[in-house]
Amino acid sequence: MIRHLLSGADLDADTATQILDTAAEMATVAGREVKKLPALRGRTVVNLFYEDSTRTRISFEAAAKRLSADVINFSAKGSSVTKGESLKDTALTLQAMGADAVVVRHPASGAPHRLANWVDGSVVNAGDGTHEHPTQALLDAYTMRSRLGRLAGLHVAIVGDVLHSRVARSNVLLLSTLGAKVTLVGPPTLIPVNISAALAPGTDVSYDLDAVLPDVDVVMMLRVQRERMGDSYFPSAREYARRYGLDGPRMRRLPAHAIVMHPGPMNRGMEITPEVADSPRSTIVEQVANGVSVRMAVLYLLLGGNNR
Amino acid sequence: MTAYLIKNVSVVGAAPTDLLIRDGVVAEAGAGLTAPDATVLDGTGLVALPGLVDLHTHLREPGREDAETVESGSRAAALGGYTAVCAMANTSPVADTAGVVEQVWRLGREAGLVDVQPIGAVTVGLAGERLAELGAMADSAARVRIFSDDGHCVADPKLMRRALEYVKAFDGVIAQHAEEPRLTEGAQMHEGEVSTRLGLTGWPAVAEEAIIARDVLLAEHVGSRLHICHVSTAGSVEVLRHAKARGVKVTAEVTPHHLLLTDEKAETYDPVYKVNPPLRTAADIAALRAALAEGVIDIVATDHAPHAVEDKECEWAYARPGMLGLETALSIALDVLGPQWDLIAERMSRAPARIAGLEGHGLDPAPGVPANLTLVDPAAHRTIEPAELASRSRNTPYARMTLPGRIVATFLRGEPTVLDGKAVK
Repeated sequence: MIRHLLSGADLDADTATQILDTAAEMATVAGREVKKLPALRGRTVVNLFYEDSTRTRISFEAAAKRLSADVINFSAKGSSVTKGESLKDTALTLQAMGADAVVVRHPASGAPHRLANWVDGSVVNAGDGTHEHPTQALLDAYTMRSRLGRLAGLHVAIVGDVLHSRVARSNVLLLSTLGAKVTLVGPPTLIPVNISAALAPGTDVSYDLDAVLPDVDVVMMLRVQRERMGDSYFPSAREYARRYGLDGPRMRRLPAHAIVMHPGPMNRGMEITPEVADSPRSTIVEQVANGVSVRMAVLYLLLGGNNR
Repeated sequence: MTAYLIKNVSVVGAAPTDLLIRDGVVAEAGAGLTAPDATVLDGTGLVALPGLVDLHTHLREPGREDAETVESGSRAAALGGYTAVCAMANTSPVADTAGVVEQVWRLGREAGLVDVQPIGAVTVGLAGERLAELGAMADSAARVRIFSDDGHCVADPKLMRRALEYVKAFDGVIAQHAEEPRLTEGAQMHEGEVSTRLGLTGWPAVAEEAIIARDVLLAEHVGSRLHICHVSTAGSVEVLRHAKARGVKVTAEVTPHHLLLTDEKAETYDPVYKVNPPLRTAADIAALRAALAEGVIDIVATDHAPHAVEDKECEWAYARPGMLGLETALSIALDVLGPQWDLIAERMSRAPARIAGLEGHGLDPAPGVPANLTLVDPAAHRTIEPAELASRSRNTPYARMTLPGRIVATFLRGEPTVLDGKAVK
């Protein structure tokens, strides 16, 4: 097993499949009356969050606790971080406290890579800047596999602000490793021209959502930050929604079996309408539940749970 | 004053001869020289070059003496074979008045290891809003001739035009840091495949090329001298080639790191590789090397940029840009150009001395010439250990790399600043 999970590129097909299979076993725990396994008893998992992200933090927290690990939540707010402590000093502190795993969310791309140089424990990237968010890609893959029965050969459209999306980068890497085809859709300002060469050859780019929809098994809508408007990536939220938002009529262009995903939090009315978000095709709530199972699998496997 | 007799040394690659250094000048040159009172140095296998001249050095004093001082930077320069360095203006306070440039100049004299020629800021506080007192700096004891807001681009075209015009009165030159600021907001590395993969905001080549294109046209329009700092892209080379063919009075520099290292170094997220302009692609490197050989790029300049450990041992986005360069520049040039000694002397000594207007520098060792020279052992190899560098900082991108060439001795006006590879003081 790998020591850190920093990027979707860290996972080969076997390792990724092992994580997804383990997650399926972990999911059975959620259905029990006592939702707990003793696998990581006595191990310490630190959630080091430099960005507010209640959703991801509680998902990792629940995952670690269901494996009986001791969980320390270290958030930038109200900690020594606001006093200007460097990432390295924080890392050395966590090291001294005996952290077996550090789950890190950070606004700077690559911060988890830096951290991995300074701690002995495993580092899990829980989202770094505009770089990657590998456990999100794993839970997305898990959700697709659960709903559609396979990953190889699926056609997945990822729609929106690919340029700034860590979710998109990790998904492109992982999905291509697992044999799915990805088409990135959005305005040209938000899709790097070299993305296929940079991440995964064979990744397609389209600027026309309507043309792509009839041909996909999965459409994944990315959150679009309204601030991007002020930076001239697109003229207005209204125009964005008209060209790249997923509404009812567009959803009906999808094949009957196709699913709609969103990593959350959603901007309802911007990239996705309530009709779509709340439709039976939507997996948005499932993704949250699957997130816990997948993160349990990641922590279990990284911390050597499979060797016991 | 001690006299030195250097035996069997190859002057800029020529057949071995002897050089007698006495009273600050090369007194005699020729085979079989004797001088009973002189200290004899065996120059067998060594190459004598005119002392190197760096047009682009950050000495950090005043303001960041924890990262470098005029003295420590001067020592690093001497060990790198330099006899003169031009100190950039982005200190704290900024070198935008006669007082600050005279202070830096005086500190250089006191250190006495290289000639420290201050560069003056173009605009007050490097803010890009109004001209600094360029004439006062030119008339000061520091006799400033190069003006630069390096670290910042003089982005306002009207201000750039005025600066180019104004310095003609004292044969000054504006050294432009070519970076269109709106195209590089938040930029962290070269915009390309690697930045896409790493999720780091890109610094597009066009942001450099657009400013160079504008400024060569402005320089042509007003008939002024323009120098382009740290050219980093193949497109910039084409713009410069075109301008030079038209007779524009433009000169350009390239740094050692832009001749050797690519943007793939960022994949470690180690900010020791963060620099502005950023490391580019292998295709850019090939174009820069060809331009340097051809003369489209006139000189190698280090952009020696020391930074304290805490400014580099952090997240990439929070790190300061810049790399050490003085103690490794000649080795990189030797690695890139090979033992083309005349070319190396031209690009690292003669041409920069001409651009800066430094008297007594950039002259090949010959009878009557001020003894500003350095002796290189081209056969030696050394492995770069950051802790062994003379700079106060450790941010070399060449750590643990083995590079060709070693500086054996450096003389400043006949006085050794480096002997046996070690600083004399």
